[in-house]
Amino acid sequence: MNKIKQYVTDFGWPRIIIFIFLVLLFVAAPFVKVRIDASISDVLNRFGQNALFVLAMVPMIQAGCGLNFGLSVGIIAGLIGSTLSVQFGLTEAFGFFGAVVLSIPFAVVFGWFYGKLLNKVKGEEMTIAMYVGFAGVMFMCIMWLILPYNGPTMIWGYAGKGLRTTITIEGFYRHFLNDFLAIRIGNSFVFPTGMLLFVGFAAFLMWLFMRTKTGTALTAVGSNPDYARASGVSADRMRTISVVLSTVLGAIGIVVYQQSYGFIQLYTAPLDMPFTAVAAILIGGASVNKASMVNVLVGAFLFQGLLTMTPSVINSTLQTDISEVVRIIVSNGIIIYALTRKTKVTK
Amino acid sequence: MSENKSIGRFFTENAVVIVFVLVTVAAIPSSGLSIQYIVQEMITRLGRNTFLVLALLLPIYAGMGLNFGMTLGAMSGQVGLILAINWNVAGVEGLVFAALVGTPISVLMGYVTGFVLNKAKGREMVTGYMLAFFINGIYQLVVLYMMGFIFPIRSPAILLSRGYGIRNTLNLEGVRQSLDDALMLKAGGFAIPIATFLVIIALCLFVIWFKKTKLGQDMRAVGHDMTVADAAGVPVDRTRIIAIIISTVLACYGQIIFLQNMGNMATYNAHDQTSFFAVAAILVGGASVKKATIPNVFIGVILLHVLFVVTPRAGQNLFGSAMIGEYFRQFIGYGVIALSLVLYAWRSRQDAIRAREGLRGVTAAAKPALSEGGAK
Amino acid sequence: MGQESPILSIEHVSKEFYGNVVLHDVCFELRPGEILGLVGENGAGKTTLMRILFGMPVIAETGGYKGRVCIDGKEVSFASPFDALDAGIGMVHQEFSLIPGFTTTENIVLNRESMRPSILNDVFGDRMSVLDRPAMRKRAEGAIEKLGVKLDPDMLISEMPVGHKQFTEIAREITRSKTRLLVLDEPTAVLTESEAEVLLVALRNLAKLGIAIIFISHRLHEVVNVADRVVVLRDGLAIKDTPVAGVTVRDIASWMVGRHVATERAADVGNRGFGEPILEVERLWVDMPGETVRDVSFSVRQGEILGFGGLAGQGKLGVPNGIMGLFAAGGSVLLKGAEVALNSPRRALEMGMAFVSEDRRGVGLLLDESLEWNIAFTAMQIQDKYLKPILGGIFRLRDDEGMRKLTEEYVKALDIKCTSPRQKAKELSGGNQQKVCLAKAFAVKPDLLFVSEPTRGIDVGAKRLVLDTLQRYNREYGTTIVMVSSELEELRSICDRIAIVDEGRIAGILPPTAELAEFGLLMSGEAAAKDVGRASEASK
Repeated sequence: MNKIKQYVTDFGWPRIIIFIFLVLLFVAAPFVKVRIDASISDVLNRFGQNALFVLAMVPMIQAGCGLNFGLSVGIIAGLIGSTLSVQFGLTEAFGFFGAVVLSIPFAVVFGWFYGKLLNKVKGEEMTIAMYVGFAGVMFMCIMWLILPYNGPTMIWGYAGKGLRTTITIEGFYRHFLNDFLAIRIGNSFVFPTGMLLFVGFAAFLMWLFMRTKTGTALTAVGSNPDYARASGVSADRMRTISVVLSTVLGAIGIVVYQQSYGFIQLYTAPLDMPFTAVAAILIGGASVNKASMVNVLVGAFLFQGLLTMTPSVINSTLQTDISEVVRIIVSNGIIIYALTRKTKVTK
Repeated sequence: MSENKSIGRFFTENAVVIVFVLVTVAAIPSSGLSIQYIVQEMITRLGRNTFLVLALLLPIYAGMGLNFGMTLGAMSGQVGLILAINWNVAGVEGLVFAALVGTPISVLMGYVTGFVLNKAKGREMVTGYMLAFFINGIYQLVVLYMMGFIFPIRSPAILLSRGYGIRNTLNLEGVRQSLDDALMLKAGGFAIPIATFLVIIALCLFVIWFKKTKLGQDMRAVGHDMTVADAAGVPVDRTRIIAIIISTVLACYGQIIFLQNMGNMATYNAHDQTSFFAVAAILVGGASVKKATIPNVFIGVILLHVLFVVTPRAGQNLFGSAMIGEYFRQFIGYGVIALSLVLYAWRSRQDAIRAREGLRGVTAAAKPALSEGGAK
Repeated sequence: MGQESPILSIEHVSKEFYGNVVLHDVCFELRPGEILGLVGENGAGKTTLMRILFGMPVIAETGGYKGRVCIDGKEVSFASPFDALDAGIGMVHQEFSLIPGFTTTENIVLNRESMRPSILNDVFGDRMSVLDRPAMRKRAEGAIEKLGVKLDPDMLISEMPVGHKQFTEIAREITRSKTRLLVLDEPTAVLTESEAEVLLVALRNLAKLGIAIIFISHRLHEVVNVADRVVVLRDGLAIKDTPVAGVTVRDIASWMVGRHVATERAADVGNRGFGEPILEVERLWVDMPGETVRDVSFSVRQGEILGFGGLAGQGKLGVPNGIMGLFAAGGSVLLKGAEVALNSPRRALEMGMAFVSEDRRGVGLLLDESLEWNIAFTAMQIQDKYLKPILGGIFRLRDDEGMRKLTEEYVKALDIKCTSPRQKAKELSGGNQQKVCLAKAFAVKPDLLFVSEPTRGIDVGAKRLVLDTLQRYNREYGTTIVMVSSELEELRSICDRIAIVDEGRIAGILPPTAELAEFGLLMSGEAAAKDVGRASEASK
């Protein structure tokens, strides 16, 4: 009995409540004419779509840099890579992996500068991260307007200059991962095997990394930077590594997101994405300086599950579009609850 | 210390203000706006925004960082204005009415905020930021769904066409400019809203006096070291909540002042950027997360808003696209906050290093001058 | 003093934490104006007893206590420290409870400031009164005078030397009008000998005014000096309660430890012959706040144990911190003839030096991590140990098994009391944490080991164990040791030579057998005595 109690406290009441809530939504679904199989498919899809963003939170949390509200920096690198991929007309495997490969150098460079910046402001990283992210997005907004892209599907049709707000990747690498080894059951259920495999592999690599010498040093820096320094570990270097890692994951993450979603979203779209990733990892049980793979997977799943199911079920019930308001209340409420909780340390 | 060192010092200590002034001065000519116009804008915006920025002072004083939760106060003020318009209370009375309605709401909001922030010690800023989003949801629930449906609304003109929920844009005609006009001074080609400034000065005096009280000292103690204050018997949690309540109520009044000047209220968006602008202003004025003074507020409002007035035009003139100008303004706004936070963090480390410079190196026959090392 | 009824009486107090008996049937009394020395090893129950007395919530949260605590003959049960304060009990903790950004005056009257009423009192309550700063200053000055020390009422705490902070703490407690019983927990731990003297005089003054004092200290000579009675706790029992008259330090030490206190010094200490210098330091300066080193030159011979002593704040702690790169430093340091790059902890470690810092919790430990991590980390990072290659060496992963074995080895060797190698470091007691720090340094098998304040905050029994371990590593593995300590006795017990640091410079180097008076002279900056070992050093 004690063990169960301990497990419950560790796992946390809010997560349990959310889990039960989610189950209830699934139960209620057929009664309000929402298809279960479509819903599960949706949730899996959105989970895979967003998982890498959540994974991107881990390195910086572990290194003591806090929650990466500046994930937009990585996302921008990914956008550059993917727009270039479309510009060059790369398709299918070349399209997807091309986008990834093209993004990485940008992500590394951006991440490196971003990391150097954060090193200068130890102690207030999260606020700075937010604003660096915002500023970066705004700067790119200007860039999307003036960079010399000319792919016919990408730019404004008539007299307009610059890239469109949304660019379709149908015919390029849409659903490339999703369709890989996908399992289809009936008309409404698709198990996006490829994407989930990709995500699983990424999580595995991260798990491995945290167990290397560098990963261990990184964790120590987050745990006690003075101790790490006295042991000859350069806190600055570890923090920079964590930021670069996080940025690269953000870049790859947006490419994975795009292939599932079907579109490249430019301009102010990246502004909100860090927040959903932060919400997810906090729901998964991470604290501000400790995060594990379990946190990532659990958090991403619960959060996306909620975001998917709440509007569809509740809208059908109330016959009105109250979903946006409910989404705001639920998702932000969860973050606040997570922030106000004293979470235990997890390895 | 040579002349060089003192000048160098001056620059590092006031780096952000200097950078701002430089960027602004550079942008002014490219914008093509006249000095007359800019000064008038400065005056208007000072009147409009200062109260809101002053609301940020006490939480910083109490060690709670930048109160992004001030948005909740803004929302309370908006509810007050909605009801004032609803009941057709006009002029300054309308504003007072809105304030009276908004006060209990903002006290409650402040209490909730303070309560939540106390549970998130060490993460106040982020939590406040998220709380603002959350309450925004509640606000929408109330204003978009319940008003006109559960709460009776008398003036159908302010409702949406579907019969419930307040319109997206609310015309504040009845109270437009009423505080500003109450004592408008026209001098030298400028229009100066004296009444508004009097209100602002009154608040400044209140803040100064407040810091001399026991409650003010308690807040300062809590802001420095919660554990020690607690051990000494200062009711830490309560004190922090009071700081936030005061801040939220001030934000409520500040938003009312802001909106009466704007004349129109974007019901669902007016409060979105409130905290951003206020925080940006105070940071630009030289404040930090841990320390803010009244001069920071005034300097910051002037600098930030002049920049905001000037850059869109400058952007347009330099790059030739309307959208670019707009994006540029936002980029400058966000970038400059990030920059000021970075510069201040960098600066405080430089300060610490400089303070210790005298102790380094082999000092031949020098007597130990400083008291830090020796316990004699 | 005399036949008045006791102000405090502890009757059959017992306490257990989750089945672990920490106090058992403790009884003693305290009369007004009496100074009681409370003595015991770490873990003997002193802190717990004081927590019970002071109404700390942790006691109630862990099941309360048995027995009675009586003030003036009436049983009391404090639900919080404020109840205790109200009943007239003041406590001065080991960690300062001061606000660095406030002045002395503000700290002394914290939350009991003098006020003048204001208009808003009626509406918003008492806290809207305005502070009466002149009155506050007077009260502070009064308290400072009562103590008989020199404190600047307007100085910021952050700019004060440590001793002054301690006095400010005490001044704060005695400004409370109700204080009748004052508890001081290791008040002299951070003071120099001269400051400690001043403190003890101040305590006697307070006792004369009728305040009862409980004085907890492991500096037994101070206890013997100032206390009227001494109570010795051992393993949760009050095994001795006696007037101090006629009792020696030796007596108290043996009661505390319960075993025969080992003789001071091994036979060969101070008499050994050594080879070439392993470390040569020239004109070292170190910028360490509070322990500045200005100009220090010395050399350490292979295999010796060199001690660094001196008063607090004079710079002895700066020496190892500077050489190991933790603080900005300059000068020339040669290890086995090779130049040591300063300002780089990594280089120092790679070249074969290791350091046990005096700042256990801040620098020495990863409090949130397991003992395994703490002990193996440095070895892993510097020497690539405890990593196992995967897939033919493409990359290496943490060898958790190896780390566990290492930890178990040291848990045994150093008698570290813990529940398992996976226990988090923050849960261990101070003494055991210190042993973990030692283990971490030993795990890299250094050629030269710096140890700062190795036995600070550790009880007598564990002290001996630590010192013995250092000696053992020195004799068996030939590890050269540089030991920095404020306790002259322990330096004299194992060091081959002892350097005294005064005002950032070496005042002199003495053999351990030298007279205490000679050490005293060096510490106070008087004429340097003959330096031992200089003759055999290569002159530079």
